[in-house]
Amino acid sequence: MLLPGVILALLFHYLPMFGVVIAFQEYKPYLGVTGSDWVGLKHFRAIFERIDSLQVIWNTLLIAALKIAFMILVPVVFALLLNEVRKMAFKRLVQTLVYLPHFLSWVILGAILTDLLSPEGGLVNRVLQEWFGIPPVFFLGNGDWFRFTVVTSEVWKEFGFSTIIYLASLAGINPELYEAAEADGASRWKQTLHITIPSLVPIMTVCATLSLSSILSAGFDQIFNLYNPLVYDKGDIIDTYVYRVGILSQKLSFATAIGLFKSVVSCILILSVYRIALKTANYRIF
Amino acid sequence: MYHKTLPYRMFSLFNYVFLAVIAFLCMLPLVHTLAVSLSGRAPANANLVGLLPIDFTWDAYHKTLSNANFLHSLWISVIRTVIGTAIAMAVTFLTAYPLSKESTVFRSRTWYSWFFVVTLLFGGGLVPTYIIIQKLGLMNSLWALILPGAIDVWLLVLLLNFFRGIPHALEEAALIDGAGQFRILLLIYLPLSLPAIATLSLFKMVGHWNAWFDGLIYLKNIQDYPLATFLQTILIQIDSTQLSSLGREMENISNNTVKAAQIFIGALPILMVYPFLQKYFVKGMVVGSVKE
Repeated sequence: MLLPGVILALLFHYLPMFGVVIAFQEYKPYLGVTGSDWVGLKHFRAIFERIDSLQVIWNTLLIAALKIAFMILVPVVFALLLNEVRKMAFKRLVQTLVYLPHFLSWVILGAILTDLLSPEGGLVNRVLQEWFGIPPVFFLGNGDWFRFTVVTSEVWKEFGFSTIIYLASLAGINPELYEAAEADGASRWKQTLHITIPSLVPIMTVCATLSLSSILSAGFDQIFNLYNPLVYDKGDIIDTYVYRVGILSQKLSFATAIGLFKSVVSCILILSVYRIALKTANYRIF
Repeated sequence: MYHKTLPYRMFSLFNYVFLAVIAFLCMLPLVHTLAVSLSGRAPANANLVGLLPIDFTWDAYHKTLSNANFLHSLWISVIRTVIGTAIAMAVTFLTAYPLSKESTVFRSRTWYSWFFVVTLLFGGGLVPTYIIIQKLGLMNSLWALILPGAIDVWLLVLLLNFFRGIPHALEEAALIDGAGQFRILLLIYLPLSLPAIATLSLFKMVGHWNAWFDGLIYLKNIQDYPLATFLQTILIQIDSTQLSSLGREMENISNNTVKAAQIFIGALPILMVYPFLQKYFVKGMVVGSVKE
């Protein structure tokens, strides 16, 4: 029974792992892995010597860190607010609507956002101008605004879905705690502060530690579908850079070296973070 | 009772309004796109449309659905989603069953589990994977989009956790009655795990429907692109690079309403499916994330 799964994993997961040897070669497609020359660590040195690749690593770290921070904060606050809603129908409706963007691809959302954020008559800029008198903002054409847009749109797309986990743990809090607090005369705010938030801390720790392992992935799909040459300097991340350098300009070995660097760092991060999650919150995958 | 105090009531009122606004903001982009797609050409191109269509017309949909390229992509996406999901679920189901056994029953279980989990931790990256697909002769075929994702380790972990919740007694009874492992799998595990399988199939379906990048790198002809890749090419790449090599497509894109209609049709299957299955998604997520 295991056979089909094992074969597929060998072909599409393990073979590429051995393919990383081309990071240590001057790989030429017509010579193949066996025929290409070995160049040792040349490409890895190049990563740290090329200014643009350092910039790319910095962009990735910055964007990913901002995303992680907001993706912990926003869903928790949202879950707390939603938890105060007593009308079930309203609660369910809100939930249905906020999950919606999670299921749409960045291709669809990229096209929609490009239209909405356009400085020439996009809906957002029109509202800014007509309601607040703010001159048009070039959200996707200015590096700093681009980063802002990337983080905001990611939070907008995913916060609803991440809320699920926190709502589940809110539902698991022992109601007797609240009854006792109320008997002692604690207001709702005090109850939230001393019962609800402390009970959410373990699951927040798990989410935060697990998301740390993705610090070198700032969202290929999203950035690839939103960016353009104007914002390469501040918006390019490792994955988009590997695509542009590796596939488009055919520097296969250099791109593989960056990819390998990323995989190794991520792997170390995942393992250490998993160990922390296991120790602090007793979290296991299986 | 805190419900009745004045500050809590004020908070509550504010809370309802705030949540309603947030929920509205989450669907605003889609409502706007729908409005543009149903508007007349002139107001749409002049960016006059807000949340309601102006000069209501189905024109853009007529045009989109009579575009042979678009329909062909749509068809490829449907095939890809159906076959891809079926294969992935079959493989994942078969693999999860032995792995859900205790290591006393299936001795190399731990070894095999790690074999699969390692692929979550470390991957070869874009270029080596591309080369393997090329060497396997899968370039320009639909299999390049279906096979690499056919063993999905995340779904595998979720499914084997679900299997472990199925009572052992059922299986023992079947064993005593002389059923083999395949029979147990088909007659006991399959029916019992239908809700879980439905959930995971949906995850996979959404994944296949939305996937665009593999089509972009593994397929050469734009005619063979699945819808997501096709849309990526005509809506985003052309927009940002202004390359005009696609002739016939160009006249369509210059038109905002057709563009909006294409976006909307691309999102439609998901919009139709997900509200009904939301509760399953929620359950699946919680099973996979919150552990006692």
